[in-house]
Amino acid sequence: MSFQPVKFYQTGTLTVGNRLLAQDERSVQANQMRSNSINSGHRACQGCGEALGARYAIDAAMAESNGQLIAANATGCLEVFSTPYPESSWQLPWIHSLFGNAPAVATGIAAAMKVKGRNDVRVVAQGGDGGTTDIGFGCLSGMFERNDDVLYICYDNQGYMNTGVQRSSATPPAARTATTMPVGPEPGNVFGQGKNVPEIAMAHNIPYVATATVADLRDLEYKVRKAMQMRGARYIQIFVPCPLGWGAASHDTIRLARLAKETGMFPVFEAEHGEVTSVLKIRNKVAVEEYLKPQKRFAHLFGKHAHPETVARLQAIADRNIRKYGLLSEGDK
Amino acid sequence: MLKQTEGSKAVAEAIALCRPEIICAYPISPQTHIVEALGEMVKAGELTPCEFINVESEFAAMSVAIGSSAAGARSYTATASQGLLFMVEAVYNAAGLGLPIVMTVANRAIGAPINIWNDHSDSLSQRDSGWMQLFAETNQEAVDLHIQAFRLAEELSMPIMVCMDGFILTHAFERVDIPSQEQVDAYLPPFEPRQVLDPAEPMSIGAMVGPEAFMEVKYLAHAKQMQAIELIPKLADEFKNIFGRDSGGLIRTYQIEDAETVVIAMGSILGTIKDVVDEMRAEGHKIGVLGIISFRPFPLEQVRAALIKSKRFIVLEKSLAVGMGGIVATNVRMAVTGSGLRGFTAIAGLGGRAIPKSSLHKLFRQAEKEELEPVTFVDLDWAAVNKQLEREKQTRRSGPIAENMLHDKGIVGVSAKFG
Repeated sequence: MSFQPVKFYQTGTLTVGNRLLAQDERSVQANQMRSNSINSGHRACQGCGEALGARYAIDAAMAESNGQLIAANATGCLEVFSTPYPESSWQLPWIHSLFGNAPAVATGIAAAMKVKGRNDVRVVAQGGDGGTTDIGFGCLSGMFERNDDVLYICYDNQGYMNTGVQRSSATPPAARTATTMPVGPEPGNVFGQGKNVPEIAMAHNIPYVATATVADLRDLEYKVRKAMQMRGARYIQIFVPCPLGWGAASHDTIRLARLAKETGMFPVFEAEHGEVTSVLKIRNKVAVEEYLKPQKRFAHLFGKHAHPETVARLQAIADRNIRKYGLLSEGDK
Repeated sequence: MLKQTEGSKAVAEAIALCRPEIICAYPISPQTHIVEALGEMVKAGELTPCEFINVESEFAAMSVAIGSSAAGARSYTATASQGLLFMVEAVYNAAGLGLPIVMTVANRAIGAPINIWNDHSDSLSQRDSGWMQLFAETNQEAVDLHIQAFRLAEELSMPIMVCMDGFILTHAFERVDIPSQEQVDAYLPPFEPRQVLDPAEPMSIGAMVGPEAFMEVKYLAHAKQMQAIELIPKLADEFKNIFGRDSGGLIRTYQIEDAETVVIAMGSILGTIKDVVDEMRAEGHKIGVLGIISFRPFPLEQVRAALIKSKRFIVLEKSLAVGMGGIVATNVRMAVTGSGLRGFTAIAGLGGRAIPKSSLHKLFRQAEKEELEPVTFVDLDWAAVNKQLEREKQTRRSGPIAENMLHDKGIVGVSAKFG
């Protein structure tokens, strides 16, 4: 091993440098013995951020639990594209019950494992933002409050994509969805109060809360593995761009996830027992336009009938995140 | 062991004897005493291994039971009324997934107007959910049906509601024979799930099913209940061998052999009905009783066989199919299709309205003479109803119906606008 700290990202390329690491330091996904928990052949769209996020997250959880893992899945894209009867992509025991009850189903599984003395078997629940921040929110909060031994993973693509791109409580202001059309004097989604579920999770003082994106897959794996080393209720929200719902090129999924983080639109951090313990700093700060422009859901903010004041309000949201979470390194301020 | 005990307490003891591994509880009257008693047993270490989970809603209660049952643990919950309605999506889901969950329904009315008292509207609203439904007549039967329910559910891998009248049974203190652990263990083997979430043998449960197989899956749920028609009497016989008493089965008849008029009902009202029938028999009336224990599956053949020698029947039910009439009556009429039997429906006891013997005497005598309308509302206050209808005819904004009604009946002392 080298004495020098290893940089995961080679200067200028942002390529993950597994080859520079010793075998045991390489990513789960780089390991030939990875579990392939969600196997190839599923029906996700090209460039699906959720499929990518789920693969990394569940493989990491499988690695950390020595393959002793059970998953409960909310209704949504992930459920539909992975299990069209009689096929299934899942290589681990997996159950889908309803849209709004994945946290409670997971609680039941965890309780069953406890009562049967199977402390080695761990439980994850997963769903999209609609299943998590809206319809499953009551069950999620209940699971947090009881501190049930479940890792809940929310794949946040900011809308109800499975039903045809409708607005959820995770949809950002001004975004076009099928239920927030870009018409009228204030086109797109309303500027509401927002619903920051990672912070709401933190307010439950649960052992671990983290956010991650599919642009930083090492960070994502690290957070899942860390969460799996803990007991009790844990929550990870993964930012997963949706080419279909966002009107973005499928090859831009990683780039948009990175821009969401680099603009400050999606703060990436982790928290233990209600307190932020680390943030992923912005490497090259960019204006929100860079993030908004490649997405057709924000197209009405630009061009002939531009809404610069709306873009400015979105920039203010990003700036507030940067300030609040301290996303800039000392030298960058 | 004979005990003078509350119905809920007796049921809790019966559940504990069935060695449940997961109990999820959300408070709603009148089922609360059952889960309270179970919670205390778990906390005191008397019921082990068992996890008692205080959930945040009935929807979560059923969802936790879905997860735990799918993971191979014997799972139990209890609910009533609004609580049952709040968990409906998960109720259907548990049946669709074929999970043998046992749930007590302490039957209670559904609002609005909000009402905590007994009728059968709640569980009957779930008649097509795929759950079996067994109705207890007494607290002894409630105890016995719960023990049989776990056996039945797990043999068929389908969920069951054991229905007992809220307050009338749940809160009544009476003599109950609580079986021994040895008896229950001899009757109910450990839960061996048909499908289980197990890392050693990963399977996907709850996949999306399209038109190519959906009907077959639904038919299989129906087939399971048809199997239950065969199984329920067998399990009742086995129960008698071990526990020494008749309990359960599909139907129960009383004084029916030479009866020309048969009264049909479910639940605790059967006791009052039998008393009335005894009194009428003493006067020479040829009247009998058919109690339905298994509402789902509905024992069409057995009901037909019980009624076929009579001349007429009257279904007395604590439920209302709004816009049509009776729910149980519709099922009974299906059973006697083409028989030429005269049938009457009597809606009674909604929202806990008392059903006194005097009203039943009058009703049954009218039924004997076939003087009833097809649907009768027992002890309905027609004056109050007509007054409200008239009020609505005269004034569009005539005020909230329930409040007007309470005022007309002098129950609330408000000075109403239209009093």
